[in-house]
Amino acid sequence: MNRIEVVTRRTFLGGVFSAGAFVLAAKLMPEEALAAPLTKAEKAAWNPNVYLGIETDGTVLIVIHRSEMGTGIRSVLPTVLADELEADWKRVKLEQAIGDKKYGDQNTDGSCSIRDFYDAFREAGATARHMLVAAAAAKWGVPASECKAQNHQVVHTSGKKIGYGELAAAAAKLTAPNKADLKLKTPAEFRYIGKSLPTVDIGDIVTGKGTFGIDAKMPGMVHASIERSPVYGGKLKSVDDKEALAVKGVQKVVTLPHLTPPYGFKPLGGVAVIANSTWAAKKGREKLKVQWDGGENAGYDSAKYKQQLLETVRKPQKAARNIGDVDAEFAKGGKTHEAEYYVPHLSHAPMETPVAVADFKDGKVVIHTATQNPQAVQDTVAAALGISKENVECHVTLLGGGFGRKSKPDYVAEAALLSKQLGKPVKVTWTREDDIKFDYYHAVAAMYLKARVDDKGRPTAWLQRSAFPSIGAMFSPMANTGQGFELGMGWSNLPFDIPNHRAENGPAKAHVRIGWLRSVANIYHAFGVHSFADELAALANRDRVEYLLDLLGKDRRIDLGQRDARSQKFPLDTARLRRVIELAAEKSGWANRKATKGRALGIAAHWSFYSYIAAVVEVEVDNAGKLRIPQVHIAADVGRVINTDRVRSQFEGASTFGAGIAMMSEITAKDGAIVQSNFHDYLIPRIQESPVMTHVHLVDSNEPPAGVGEPGVPPMLPAITNAIFAATGKRIRELPIRKQLA
Amino acid sequence: MITFKVNGVARKFDGDPEMPLLWYLRDEIELTGTKYGCGEGLCGACTVHVNGSAVRSCQTQMQSLAGKVVTTIEGLSATGTHPVQQAWKQVNAPQCGYCQTGQIMQAVALLKTKPKPTDADIDSAMKGNICRCGTYQRIREAIKVAANSKSAAPKAAAQKAGGDE
Ligand code: FES
Ligand code: FES
Repeated sequence: MNRIEVVTRRTFLGGVFSAGAFVLAAKLMPEEALAAPLTKAEKAAWNPNVYLGIETDGTVLIVIHRSEMGTGIRSVLPTVLADELEADWKRVKLEQAIGDKKYGDQNTDGSCSIRDFYDAFREAGATARHMLVAAAAAKWGVPASECKAQNHQVVHTSGKKIGYGELAAAAAKLTAPNKADLKLKTPAEFRYIGKSLPTVDIGDIVTGKGTFGIDAKMPGMVHASIERSPVYGGKLKSVDDKEALAVKGVQKVVTLPHLTPPYGFKPLGGVAVIANSTWAAKKGREKLKVQWDGGENAGYDSAKYKQQLLETVRKPQKAARNIGDVDAEFAKGGKTHEAEYYVPHLSHAPMETPVAVADFKDGKVVIHTATQNPQAVQDTVAAALGISKENVECHVTLLGGGFGRKSKPDYVAEAALLSKQLGKPVKVTWTREDDIKFDYYHAVAAMYLKARVDDKGRPTAWLQRSAFPSIGAMFSPMANTGQGFELGMGWSNLPFDIPNHRAENGPAKAHVRIGWLRSVANIYHAFGVHSFADELAALANRDRVEYLLDLLGKDRRIDLGQRDARSQKFPLDTARLRRVIELAAEKSGWANRKATKGRALGIAAHWSFYSYIAAVVEVEVDNAGKLRIPQVHIAADVGRVINTDRVRSQFEGASTFGAGIAMMSEITAKDGAIVQSNFHDYLIPRIQESPVMTHVHLVDSNEPPAGVGEPGVPPMLPAITNAIFAATGKRIRELPIRKQLA
Repeated sequence: MITFKVNGVARKFDGDPEMPLLWYLRDEIELTGTKYGCGEGLCGACTVHVNGSAVRSCQTQMQSLAGKVVTTIEGLSATGTHPVQQAWKQVNAPQCGYCQTGQIMQAVALLKTKPKPTDADIDSAMKGNICRCGTYQRIREAIKVAANSKSAAPKAAAQKAGGDE
């Protein structure tokens, strides 16, 4: 028997299958081939597509294939489908999808869940709505044009009504309409989109009932705590486990294989203590005596590496973007300005550490974990165990934060490997120390910028150079310079109107795992570029807002030479950047808030994840150099907003996240090992250090929805340091700020 | 053998006396609303009440609990009717939610001693509770909402759920 799903569209975006497109694509699949258990939606009376099922009692089942890590996506994306379906939200039940490529991309990362699935979810809902209307019309023997879907019912012009549940069986027999014939709702008809529905999980969260990865369990499971090489890529020399085995509750000590490059998402290897409780495993692990051979990264030292990066950016490097002739312009002489900037390694430090439970049996493995990317779990675990991906069943729990860490499933592979080795379910719980010491770190970066300015202080030439270890190095040892996707995050797309401009990037070797952290390369790029713009404005003694708008130049769409569908859909439109700058300035009262000693506003505006964000930050710096941020105004144009409250909350969170990077967070290495270990030395903001109040001003937009989770972070860093300059005259060029104001 | 109460239920323990209450709650009696965040008393994710005061369960050894009364988030109100939980829902405070049970337990303890806390009171009571998602301004708002809505409700709700506060 074949299962047939609704065919609507199949497109490529940027060379890869776009998310939603894949799912609604034609699919004829023999029932036997489905390794995964059926979802409730698939078992429902009607299962029009992989995301939706409708029961005869009218229950609407929506399968959510993206991971919930705090953005609200698990609740918000289904409201899009429910809206187009004209369903009553109270009669909708959500089901979290396991990892399966039939859902399209599941990597909840890159601020793309709404961006990539908004259209697909609308189409999925609208298609089913059309079919319900057709089913009702057929039943009544009236033209479909006389019927309309309204709040979980189809209503005829005569006033008669019939519920979705009663129509499900009949609708199931109909052919789906072509995409071209679909009538999507107009914005005026939206019932959930653009509103602020509470998340479905809030009740469970405030009562402690929500199931996170760390709360997952399996009958008969044992607990593992793993000792890993303090130096990245180090090899196990010897292990003495006598004392560890003597700890009450410890059952066994086993060795996990040493990894080989390219490291990617592979587990790090090490020595695992297996015990009957999390506590016993940890206690046993503390008694292990392990010796490591550090290997080629044993000399990694952040202080030295910083100097290397700075030396690299002081010399000409490969151009990633080149406009006009910067060198010829500099050769003219005149007034120039140059500056160097530095941003350290950072750790994700989600409040929930990496945790996974796995049960390997008969060639198959069942997993419960907090992951941003269950399909990467399938791939990674399959490769580690030598089984096929279809034999990896990955259930996704709530995530206690992710920020990019949990799209890398090394920790899940650890649990799977151990379960295979021990023949029973295993739970691997990373301690906070493990999390801080064995992260995929945000890249450390150095930048050099130089400009030549005219008599108004406007740049006639702008050169920028960066060096940072690339994320690409995890996947290819050859990748020792910034990759296109990294340079595309705020480096090779400077939005300023400058006749001569060159963006360069130089080589840097990775000595620890490098990974993407909320807003990725935008973090350092935005800091360098928007600090430098502020420096130029200060040199010219010009108002920052007026200067920024001047730098932007005439409203235009910037051709970045990218021809892929996504870049075409989301061009860089400077008019939208201008608008958020003006909005942030207006809402913060910029024009009437002149700096006083120790108290001032700062501004920065940055385009990332196709969203336009301006941040105005107010700082207070007291005589002892203590920094306080009483308020932040973030103006954001993220295209159409689906859930206003959750979008606001993402920008509030980004304000704190960005402030933390600016003010206090720093990871360093010494003798190859990470120095920090827990929240006493890896600092992230606490309530009294966080910006006190972040006001979020959303531009009302009909543009396609763009990214929300990440783009609030980058402008925060330079907005804070620019404000500090205005308040104190001290220019911060190195993060974190820490004691630099004392 | 140590005897004590958790959410109104009498409990006995004769395992590792040094085991932190956190792991007893999570691994042994399946009260997983109390979270692990740092294991060092640095983050507040594991906050519970012992004899009515907020403590870090990761720093509370089992041997210290003889005769004590422990309340966890599950004992505050299983149905989420405690005014602090209600306030949390009203302002949509959580993002990922992981830190929030600890935040709520800390906030409940604060409101018991300071029914109308100032911003400074909130800072000093809540500064041990990290939220990586950055929900602090909503937490502050929720505490104020709860302070203004407090009635006899917490008592009744806690008793219904078998709590001792
Ligand atoms: S886990 Fe107890 S304070 Fe962090
Ligand atoms: S809500 Fe995610 S850590 Fe606080």
